[in-house]
Amino acid sequence: MDTLKIADKEFSSRLFTGTGKFSSSDLMRKSLLASESELITVALKRVDVEDDNDNILRHLDHPRINLLPNTSGVRDAKEAVFAAQLAREALETNWIKLEIHPDPKYLLPDPIETLKAAEELVKLGFVVMPYIHADPVLCKRLEEVGTQCVMPLGAPIGSNKGLKTFDFLEIIIDQSNVPVIVDAGIGSPSHAAFAMEIGADAVLVNTAIAVSQEPIAMAEAFRMAVKAGRLAYNAKLAPVKKHAEASSPLTSFLNE
Amino acid sequence: MSSFKDIFDKFDWNDVLSDILQKNEQDVQQALYASKRTIEDFKALISPAAKPYLEQMAQLSYQLTKKRFGNTIQMYAPMYLSNECQNICTYCGFSMTNKIPRRTLTDEEILEEVAYLKSKGYDHILLVTGEANRTVGVSYINNAIQLIQSKFANITIEVQPLDQPDYELLIESGLYAVLVYQETYHKEEYKKHHPKGRKSNFDYRLETPDRLGRAGIHKIGLGALFGLEDWRADSFFTALHLRYLQKTYWKTKYSISFPRLRPHSGGLEPKVEMTDSDLVQLICAFRLLDEDVELSMSTRESEVFRENIVNLGITSISAESKTNPGGYAVEPQSLEQFEISDERSTEEVVTMLRSKGLEVVWKDWAHNWQ
Repeated sequence: MDTLKIADKEFSSRLFTGTGKFSSSDLMRKSLLASESELITVALKRVDVEDDNDNILRHLDHPRINLLPNTSGVRDAKEAVFAAQLAREALETNWIKLEIHPDPKYLLPDPIETLKAAEELVKLGFVVMPYIHADPVLCKRLEEVGTQCVMPLGAPIGSNKGLKTFDFLEIIIDQSNVPVIVDAGIGSPSHAAFAMEIGADAVLVNTAIAVSQEPIAMAEAFRMAVKAGRLAYNAKLAPVKKHAEASSPLTSFLNE
Repeated sequence: MSSFKDIFDKFDWNDVLSDILQKNEQDVQQALYASKRTIEDFKALISPAAKPYLEQMAQLSYQLTKKRFGNTIQMYAPMYLSNECQNICTYCGFSMTNKIPRRTLTDEEILEEVAYLKSKGYDHILLVTGEANRTVGVSYINNAIQLIQSKFANITIEVQPLDQPDYELLIESGLYAVLVYQETYHKEEYKKHHPKGRKSNFDYRLETPDRLGRAGIHKIGLGALFGLEDWRADSFFTALHLRYLQKTYWKTKYSISFPRLRPHSGGLEPKVEMTDSDLVQLICAFRLLDEDVELSMSTRESEVFRENIVNLGITSISAESKTNPGGYAVEPQSLEQFEISDERSTEEVVTMLRSKGLEVVWKDWAHNWQ
């Protein structure tokens, strides 16, 4: 079976999802179950970790679902480390999606603070999944400090624009020794399939499912697209030919 | 130190207004189809020429809001701590010259009000006072924040403008956001409406968001009080202010509110009327200018208006607000700052939002990692 291993966990689904923007918690649960996603991120700031009956957490209680708390809302490494520790204690997981976006407008990640926080969190025993720009050098630096994967963005978060960072994602995928998960910007199943075809190990999708007219159906569409893209990647795509082959080859004289 | 005043002083109110009024259909279409909109586009969108395009603006605003904020709406509750005030504001029920009983809540009374709001589900709170520096100064506000800090995920204040070190102190205690409305950006009209008290200092108020930005506040709320002057020109300056702040204090989030003059004790009739259609146009124009800015709607507006506006760009609303100190539990009968319009209970508003396909977000912040 073609599973994805991150740290000590094996995933049979390569579609990771998020919990924001759904019109109800019930619809969120149904959609996420339809996606068959096994790793689902939840913003710490949105849940009340002290409340056993928290509306979001309650709806994510399922044997297949692993919770991935994220640090959305923090502005620097110090706050991120603090938030991660809080999450570990309250949600009993040492997995953390590291998101440091000091800019609340475009929610773009701060590479300097992210690297700093990642290094410290790895030392503290966390499985760190950093949300970053599609910056190939930063990915290698994160790998060096011990993050278990990298999560470069395809386009600004929530923009649904697809793989605008395609050229850099290709380099990242080519160079990486840890799984590459394309996060942010994936707006349609075809974007997700494309990311998988070029060799991404997984994708994370939230807005495109939650804001769709029919989130459950869209979750299923993404499930199938990710599967199709991965199958295609494994099967090796036939080469794309830019020109028809010349009928009188230029090197035929060598055989004469 | 540079501030918004440097930019503001370069503009002339009358020039701005005539520019807006001269925008034509072509300017509006240009603004509608632009992928990134400028402040000039904003002028076109709030101009009379944009009226025939209102439905189109509403459709765009709806889509952009869904994309960024999803099918959700945040709920907050205002809590008035005091109606003591040393300012004269011609439009306000708490104005110094109004002969009303004055009250400032004690710690016990604050906790009584808090208990009521918590029982309704609120986790984001807005603390409001008049301006009475001796009794309701920085230390009073700081005490109130510390008192309730563990009970709310998110604390906002709407009080007199303060100095930067004061804001730093309050942030340290758990303050998340500050709302400071300029009331009007028309300097001369501002003087007329604020003849006495510290609030009469237009520039000090104008530079308040700069002091907040320097203090590192998480969120600043801007706005003008519609009715004092022409809403179009005031909204242009609000947008200009927003743009300047976003570029200068880029780690801070921003929200815009749209208060229209409401009846109060000692009332002032609006000088310039703003119709429902104008307000819809303005809300959509702000969303088209900025996909990410939070847009807030209070209970000043009617049931019907609020029911229809929640899908057009608004991202946070209040419900069953009381604008008198102690109004929820301590002394419900005391005099209000202004009459609210939508008097429905929190439960009714939540049911209304759900029926519109909106998930209510009570908590979207945590200050315990700061």
